[in-house]
Amino acid sequence: MGFLDIDNATKSYGAVEVLHKVDISVEEGEFLVLVGPSGCGKSTLLNMIAGLEEITSGEIRIKDQVMNGVHPSKRNIAMVFQSYALYPNMTVRGNISFGMEMHGIPKAERDRKIGEVAELLQIIPLLDRKPGQLSGGQRQRVAMGRALTRDPDVFLFDEPLSNLDAKLRVDMRTEIKKLHQNLGTTIVYVTHEQIEAMTLSTRIAVMNGGYVQQLGTPKDIYDTPANLFVATFMGSPSMNLLEVEIETAETGLRVSTTNAQGAPLHLTLDNPSDALRQFAGRKAVLGLRPEALTDAEGVDQRSVHIERFENTVSVVEPAGSDTFVTTVLGGKDCIARMRSDTPVSAGAPVTFAANMEKVVFFDPVSEARIP
Amino acid sequence: MATRAEIDMRTRLQNWLPKLVLSPSLGMIFVFVYGFILFTVYVSFTDSRILPFVDKNGQTTYELIGFTNYEKLFKLSHWDIAVWNMAVFAGLYIIICTLIGLLLAILLDQKIRGEGLIRPIFLYPMALSFIVTGTAWKWMLDPGIGFENIMQSWGWVSFSFDWIKNRDFALYTVVLAAVWQSSGFTMAMFLAGLRGIDTEILKAAQMDGASNWNLYRRIIIPQLRPAFLSAFVILAHLAIKTFDLVIAMTGGGPGRATELPATFMYSYTFSRNQMGIGAASAVIMLMTIAAIMIPYLYSELKERKQ
Amino acid sequence: MSVASQDSGMRQGRVARVFIYLVLLLFGLFYLLPLYVMGVNSFKPLSEITGGGMMALPEVWTVEPWLKAWSTAQIGVEPTGLRPYFWNSISMVVPAVAISTVLGALNGYVLTKWRFRGDTILFGLMLFACFIPFQIVLIPMAAVLGTLGLAGTTAGLVLVHLVYGIGFSTLYFRNYYAVFPTELVRAAQIDGAGFFRIFWRILLPSSGPISVVCIIWQFTNIWNDFLFGASFASGGGAPMTVALNNLVQSSTGVKEYNVHFAGAILAALPTLLVYIVAGRYFVRGLMAGSVKG
Repeated sequence: MGFLDIDNATKSYGAVEVLHKVDISVEEGEFLVLVGPSGCGKSTLLNMIAGLEEITSGEIRIKDQVMNGVHPSKRNIAMVFQSYALYPNMTVRGNISFGMEMHGIPKAERDRKIGEVAELLQIIPLLDRKPGQLSGGQRQRVAMGRALTRDPDVFLFDEPLSNLDAKLRVDMRTEIKKLHQNLGTTIVYVTHEQIEAMTLSTRIAVMNGGYVQQLGTPKDIYDTPANLFVATFMGSPSMNLLEVEIETAETGLRVSTTNAQGAPLHLTLDNPSDALRQFAGRKAVLGLRPEALTDAEGVDQRSVHIERFENTVSVVEPAGSDTFVTTVLGGKDCIARMRSDTPVSAGAPVTFAANMEKVVFFDPVSEARIP
Repeated sequence: MATRAEIDMRTRLQNWLPKLVLSPSLGMIFVFVYGFILFTVYVSFTDSRILPFVDKNGQTTYELIGFTNYEKLFKLSHWDIAVWNMAVFAGLYIIICTLIGLLLAILLDQKIRGEGLIRPIFLYPMALSFIVTGTAWKWMLDPGIGFENIMQSWGWVSFSFDWIKNRDFALYTVVLAAVWQSSGFTMAMFLAGLRGIDTEILKAAQMDGASNWNLYRRIIIPQLRPAFLSAFVILAHLAIKTFDLVIAMTGGGPGRATELPATFMYSYTFSRNQMGIGAASAVIMLMTIAAIMIPYLYSELKERKQ
Repeated sequence: MSVASQDSGMRQGRVARVFIYLVLLLFGLFYLLPLYVMGVNSFKPLSEITGGGMMALPEVWTVEPWLKAWSTAQIGVEPTGLRPYFWNSISMVVPAVAISTVLGALNGYVLTKWRFRGDTILFGLMLFACFIPFQIVLIPMAAVLGTLGLAGTTAGLVLVHLVYGIGFSTLYFRNYYAVFPTELVRAAQIDGAGFFRIFWRILLPSSGPISVVCIIWQFTNIWNDFLFGASFASGGGAPMTVALNNLVQSSTGVKEYNVHFAGAILAALPTLLVYIVAGRYFVRGLMAGSVKG
């Protein structure tokens, strides 16, 4: 039993079920990120927690109290919206104070709270302006300030950074993380940006098609994605996925694919799991993150199993800190992440090093990861 | 175990309030619009002549007679004339308004100095009552004091312009006044359409070397489709409702030369004590408008939903 | 301003530009003509009009026709002038406009921010009610007003205009609130504001322009109505339009055209003034009335 329990929550519009038996338990102080493509049901779930949408079946509990049917203002939650939802006709002060006013908090207390929050978020000079006179980042702060005055049990964020430009987005991300570290409140945060999910969360729920695909720590989700959807959705550039043959070899198993010229290429596997042994003689999908496929010198030195092979480079994309190199394996483009000063050029062969400890396999039929 | 937070009265009331607030308006619409429509349809199947429907002794004053009123209606030459007049009036009114509206909109869209002054002049007739408009045109077209008289007093003694008193031409004077009243509005609809066209498309067309004429004919006017549709629907619906203007200008005359369904309905219901036939004619009018408005409203609401 | 016009403006020759201005000028005169005729002739003695001087400025200026139209002209059987009917119209328009605007605002709010199953259909039904030919409701309305004892009264006309005005006022506010960010309503809900409080504190402060549009539209429409006035209040309770028509159509005595023109201007004055002061909003209302927002 957690602090916030989402217990078999389902949402239907008429006959259409858009959220299927979602089951998540959040501990006090956790930062849970709901991430997924648009239409995956993440915002619907957030609105259900807020009480802005009804729950069709199942329960949502906060601190062991069933919240189904309870008015949003009585759930002791606060929410930061995508558009910030600042009341355009009120000053910043009015915006922050409105919720407290509605809850009958006396003026002196309201003013004290406003002062506190404004100081924390460094918006004191903005208090008497209207939202229309603020920049995107300032609006964002005010929206957070409004939420903070409520001392909520749970903070809800609905894509709060998506209206900001790229640089500001990174700054505000850090700021939200700082806020969480300082205040330690429980947060549920919705985004479609996998990078926000990775950087902010203590746990991530990856959603697609109304199902939670995987619930776990950022590391779990990144290193051992539950299925092909999670593998492709999380990480940028996304995981290389190759359809390969699993074959038996002297040491255990090996995978068989082709290089850029179409010639056979074999990579051996140490200590394969029992589940993977079942795939001997069959096809499987091999997943390898770009950073696990590098130039020979840039490889992770702690890895005990590295496979080296030579292959022709098709595209080179220098990105400053790294160089992304595209090559063809098994007839498909694969991206390798090399050190920025690696001497590579398109059309020429180069030695690749694959960190086989990081390799994951998926069942091509069920798309689930082979453990 | 988890405890259930209390769902208090206020929350419950809040859930019902929106529907509660909407209900008086809905009630009025259902009774006074849809209830009344059904009632009129019912009256059209009776031999009612005048109000009330129940006399002092509590006896009903009418009998159900099926489609007899409709049969009578379609045999009446008076109704025939009204319908034919409507066809001519609506056709001319819609076409001329559209042409003038489009022309003025295109001309006004040429970076005209003083556009802010000109536009309100084109549009103000829409703010006037048809009775006012009708009165003004009635006397301006009157051969005794209007244009005919003016021309003659200016020395053109043989000048004759008596359309408003002439059975063959009186309807066109009503068209003239109606066009005067609504063409500015049509212009505004087209102008809004013109201003809504993506300027990048126009830039691209000019890069392709389209002449002004081709720019309008091939690129701009085809994009005004929604404006044409709106204009047609609004003008058609205004045409069918035209009543005040005829009453003020000609009273339906001379003879029956400017009789329209709306004036027909009014006179049969209130002055000729043939309420059943009046009701039947109203039903026909409603069906005509419904045939135009329902598909239009349906597509508008559906579009908005997406 | 479209790019086409900028560039074509440069490409058009001088002759074409002159031609464009000429056409616009001619149409401008066409639209102004009736107003001019009404204006100048309302200040002339009758003899100048019948003598063929309708287009000329008055040789002798007189306000006699105005005074007569306002207070002594024969309307129906009484020589009351248009004055009592002007007040009839005012006392009909004010409550009808106020109530239909308030209800329209609340309806628009519910239909956009508190949506429920079937709300679009209900709105469609309200919207269609705006466009019915009112002949279809004349008979039952006459019967109901008779039964309620409201026939021939201003209160009866207020009711009629209220009922048939709600559709349009709802249309305006619904389309306006449809683009008002719903997240603001949600934020206010979380802040603990209830149904009316959200309307009052969040939506209403931003509803100024659309309220003006709605009030002007309703005012113009109701003031200019003739059909309902003629059907339900043709006697002493008649509105201005009906009285003006009675004045113009009266067949007794000499036709006093100058008085008719003065009367017509009196009937047009309120809506004309509103148009001059707030024409921009009137046009917006017209455009929204063609449904496309």
